[in-house]
Amino acid sequence: MVYLYAVLAFALIASILAVMYKPLGDYMYGVFTSKDDLFFERWIYRIIGVASDKEQTWKAYLRGVLGFSLMSVLVLYLLQRVQHWLPFSLGFPNVEGPLAFNTAASFVTNTNWQSYSPDVTLGYTVQFAGLAVQNFVSAAVGIAVAIALVRGFARRRSDTIGNFWVDLTRCTMRILLPISIVMAIILMALGVAQNFAGFVDVHTVAGGSQTIMQGPVASQEVIKELGTNGGGFFNANSSHPYENPNMWTNLIEILLMLCIPVALTRTFGRMVGNVRQGYALLGAMTTLFAVGFLAVVTAESFSNDPITGLTGGSMEGKEDRFGIVWSGLFGTTSTGTSTGAVNSMHDSYTALGGMVYMVNMMLGEVSPGGVGSGLYSILVMAVVAVFIAGLMVGRTPEYLGKKIGPREMKMASLYFLVMPVTVVVGVALSFALPFARQSVFDTSLANSGNHGFSEVVYAFVSAANNNGSAFAGLTADTPWLDTALGVAVLLGRFVPIVLVVALAGSLAKQDVVPQTSGTMRTDNRLFVFLLVFVIFIISALTFFPTLALGPLAEGLVA
Amino acid sequence: MSTATANDVANDIASDVRNSNNKSMGVMLVKSLPDALRKFDPRNMWHNPVMFIVWVGAAFLTLLAVAQLFSPDDLSHGQPVYFTWIIAIVLWFTVLFANLAEAVAEGRGKAQADALRKTRTTTPAHRVVCYDAENDPDVRGPEKGHGPSSIVEVPSSDLKLGDVVVVEAGDLIPGDGDIISGIASVDESAITGESAPVIRESGGDRSAVTGGTRVLSDRIIVRITQKPGESFVDKMIALVEGANRQKTPNEIALDVLLSSLTIIFLIVVLCINPQASAVGASVSLTVLIALLVCLIPTTIGALLSAIGIAGMDRLVQRNVLATSGRAIEAAGDVTTLLLDKTGTITYGNRQASNFHTLPGVDHDEIVRAAALSSLTDSTPEGQSIVDLARKEGMELDDIEGAKAVPFTAETRMSGLDLPTGERIRKGATSAIEHWVSEEGAGIGQEVLDAMHDRVESVSNAGGTPLVVAEQGANGVVRILGVVQLKDVVKKGLRERFADMRAMGIRTVMVTGDNPLTAAAIAKEAGVDDFIAEAKPEDKLAYIKREQSKGQLVAMTGDGTNDAPALAQSDVGVAMNSGTSAAKEAGNMVDLDSDPTKLIDIVQIGKQLLITRGALTTFSIANDIAKYFAIIPAMFMEQFPGLGVLNVMGLHSSLSAVLSAIIFNAIIIVLLIPLALKGVKYRAKSSEKILGRNLSIYGLGGIVVPFVGIWIIDLFVRLIPGF
Repeated sequence: MVYLYAVLAFALIASILAVMYKPLGDYMYGVFTSKDDLFFERWIYRIIGVASDKEQTWKAYLRGVLGFSLMSVLVLYLLQRVQHWLPFSLGFPNVEGPLAFNTAASFVTNTNWQSYSPDVTLGYTVQFAGLAVQNFVSAAVGIAVAIALVRGFARRRSDTIGNFWVDLTRCTMRILLPISIVMAIILMALGVAQNFAGFVDVHTVAGGSQTIMQGPVASQEVIKELGTNGGGFFNANSSHPYENPNMWTNLIEILLMLCIPVALTRTFGRMVGNVRQGYALLGAMTTLFAVGFLAVVTAESFSNDPITGLTGGSMEGKEDRFGIVWSGLFGTTSTGTSTGAVNSMHDSYTALGGMVYMVNMMLGEVSPGGVGSGLYSILVMAVVAVFIAGLMVGRTPEYLGKKIGPREMKMASLYFLVMPVTVVVGVALSFALPFARQSVFDTSLANSGNHGFSEVVYAFVSAANNNGSAFAGLTADTPWLDTALGVAVLLGRFVPIVLVVALAGSLAKQDVVPQTSGTMRTDNRLFVFLLVFVIFIISALTFFPTLALGPLAEGLVA
Repeated sequence: MSTATANDVANDIASDVRNSNNKSMGVMLVKSLPDALRKFDPRNMWHNPVMFIVWVGAAFLTLLAVAQLFSPDDLSHGQPVYFTWIIAIVLWFTVLFANLAEAVAEGRGKAQADALRKTRTTTPAHRVVCYDAENDPDVRGPEKGHGPSSIVEVPSSDLKLGDVVVVEAGDLIPGDGDIISGIASVDESAITGESAPVIRESGGDRSAVTGGTRVLSDRIIVRITQKPGESFVDKMIALVEGANRQKTPNEIALDVLLSSLTIIFLIVVLCINPQASAVGASVSLTVLIALLVCLIPTTIGALLSAIGIAGMDRLVQRNVLATSGRAIEAAGDVTTLLLDKTGTITYGNRQASNFHTLPGVDHDEIVRAAALSSLTDSTPEGQSIVDLARKEGMELDDIEGAKAVPFTAETRMSGLDLPTGERIRKGATSAIEHWVSEEGAGIGQEVLDAMHDRVESVSNAGGTPLVVAEQGANGVVRILGVVQLKDVVKKGLRERFADMRAMGIRTVMVTGDNPLTAAAIAKEAGVDDFIAEAKPEDKLAYIKREQSKGQLVAMTGDGTNDAPALAQSDVGVAMNSGTSAAKEAGNMVDLDSDPTKLIDIVQIGKQLLITRGALTTFSIANDIAKYFAIIPAMFMEQFPGLGVLNVMGLHSSLSAVLSAIIFNAIIIVLLIPLALKGVKYRAKSSEKILGRNLSIYGLGGIVVPFVGIWIIDLFVRLIPGF
């Protein structure tokens, strides 16, 4: 019964996405290939001093990405450090150094890991001028990098891969802002809060009194999901009734998270001149998503715990208004898109259900991944898959007509090395360095044993994949975790970006090998299967020992 | 893919391995043992990062095992002392097997190199001092009134580039060079293995000679074209021995992937104990190193260089020498094949297939005239005319006193003058027309039109027209008709070209024929495109055009004027019979001078890449089973729930680890034959090939180790203490 419900819910989401797939994908294709600037874009280019018709080499493009991001980190850090003196601070004090660094790194990298509790830490100015701005531009940076990589595949014998400033501006102004404005109004209409009322004292039914924070939630909520950011206005994130009051807002928020990553495969297909190539990537993403979703529904519905037998499933940490299916769908979406928003508490899932969310991230966030980052991640994995399997048809492997040689392989191999290494080393150091171990055991961990271990693993997996969700039983606002996770989000974001942009550069320089019947097809079912297998096996092999010590040891019963 | 059951897969692998297993494999393994042992030198191991890690692991465990003897309580982690010893020994064997694979591959080349080396012995050379090409091209010497040249005897090793030597019948040719004067039959069996002598002559495309081959008859003057120690044979020896073998781009790319996987697994394994400490568990160093070796791609790491050497070797077996491994890989990537028509697609000789009469001429008349004029013609074409006439019932006798008129380049026709005064001529259309008008006969326009008509229809059908004319005893000249000579397409080529097409390779025929003829033959042979009336520069232009479209082009060539095209092509196969300029320009040399072999070369290139990919896939897929063996073994005691993962039902922690590591070593040896022989390759579309190889090496790679480890465990559990 629960499966029927799950399949119907999945089908509902899939069919809505199917309807918007072509229009949105084609629209984004137009945005990134158009030669014309809009009038307000011309003003922006004039202010920042960019010649919009001048394309950049991969090195210049990369300098743009890194320079812009570094500046963003500094601005966001400073804003927090001086917030007390800014207007609309709601009286909150300046944020401490490690936490400010952690938050700045987290929002600039599109992670939105929140070591702080937003309701009691940040005023409106930092939320708006700092976090909300980053919610837009960090998402735009991810999309820009993905588009640059796609240009690498699409172009032949080209030294340039586009102009970062143009991509960034257009993505923000033409894609993220318009959708956000429209959807914010719809969310408000459906009951999401939007005001500047500050703190309101209310008397509860039971006669107690409570202080409830109010604020401009709906406007933040949209870009939180649309840009796969995930940093909630409230600590409770999308399980908070102000952020996500009912089934309809829940559905819309899931769709907002998925729409751009999914439709980007169409944009990709259009740009490389074969939409079937995009379908193949989408096929792999969908397969991974569907398997994850069904796994989590299974784990939550059929656990051995006698209480769940009575309630019909493991309902701890889940909102009654969403139930197992819609919590599972939201969680799968959020962990599969690098959003990290939650409408249920992942820490409270069964061991194996929580593991599914971890695995979604461990796969490298490709089901369907964050905005832009999902596309470039799966493209890199496609390069690896093509390399291994392509040899088996007896040719030097090629993907989309580009030969995968030593240089391309170096970029791709380093790419899939970064995230797992960051995670396992991060977790290992947390328990190996004496001061870190002490801090983790004494302060951070509320649970002991395998589950406590899982919480730390989840934190590092979430950080290195720029997801931002948490096994929230962990107290992460400690000097060690603030710093280590801050470093993890930076490594997990920018090392891959450097490799991807470099890869784009070397691909763009190549000529295109014409496709023949001797070419390995990358737009059919066999390739989808292969891609899923390669993504799965690489992360499975890397994380098996870690998972065995955490959720598997906790959840498996002999 | 989905239809393949585990059983099929196992059978397929078994048959692949069996097919590739030659009987002498066991012998070769033993023979190569000394070489394999020599490779244990860490400076040598360093070049193979995957196996180097195993080497370090083995060395470390050996030291640990020794240390455990002295302090068993502190270091043994509660495991029996001999456990570390056994694991260390298995690791040493893993390294040995990898070295053995390489040594065996190299060993096959060594035998060949030794044979070649014998031809390289220093021979006395007759060097010409003051060679005078003008006055004394044949070096008859001053005493006979010729130029100032003289002959001195020097050892062949002293010959320099540009020296001129005289080689007489019975002499070994002292070095690579071009014949600048004379003609000789040469025994090249030392290099090609072909015992029939070949003709080499100055000027033209058969002028190159190779050092170490023997002149059987006549006397030739040779200009040396090699530097000392850089002869063709020297290069061959270096190639087949695999000396200074350079990694190809694809090998480097694969190395990058394998190294990255190795680094990841190294870090993963290093991080296990810190992570385990969080939950109060810990794993012994012995088990950790065993796990590391199981996870890093040792199978492909051990066999990678053997695969490359064996690929080169397979070419050598077919008497093709590649100047680099890169060329073989490029052969696998080729998308366009340029094939010369004559000798490659068709037999060198044309066959008469039809007689076409002109109006007013009796059919028997032309048959008789054509046959008579060919009686004394010993060329295959001439003989085929006689054969065809006989088949049509014509009885032919030699005619006393008839005088044969041989073919000359000037007249471009041949014929027969009969004692009766009759003259018969056959030749190209324009030549006969010329002859007819010269003889002053007024031939009607109608007849000429009819002749052109026949000629054209013959050309259209892909034939070569041979016009037959006759001057009667009375002096009247008549054109009798046209003999149709047909190019005969070699048997089985059509099918091979169809295979090529399935593999995504376009075949292009290059011919000097006119476009009509070319089109007809192209159609008959089933090639995709043709270049008619081709001049060498046309070939070059075509290659450049294809390459600008991103195609990779392979071609064969032998003449000096082929050199630019050979150099431009991605895979240029020079015929050994060709000029040294051609051989320099190409990146492969075919010792048999068989241009059809280009197709084999492409297949060998593909097979090499497929083998590499298949074993990589197999190696990575193996890891799943090894995890399922070792992870429960590491943590089951503390977390009994993990016992669920022990799907193979392995006996104990120790037996699980040992079984996995033994499987890891044994699989290398089992796959050596496959690495050397190459994965079976059939010309099919990429999709079918991929589907097949994925189900065998991907699915098989997952299933085989589960079964293998389980079987090994059945034996390992018998060891006391396990």
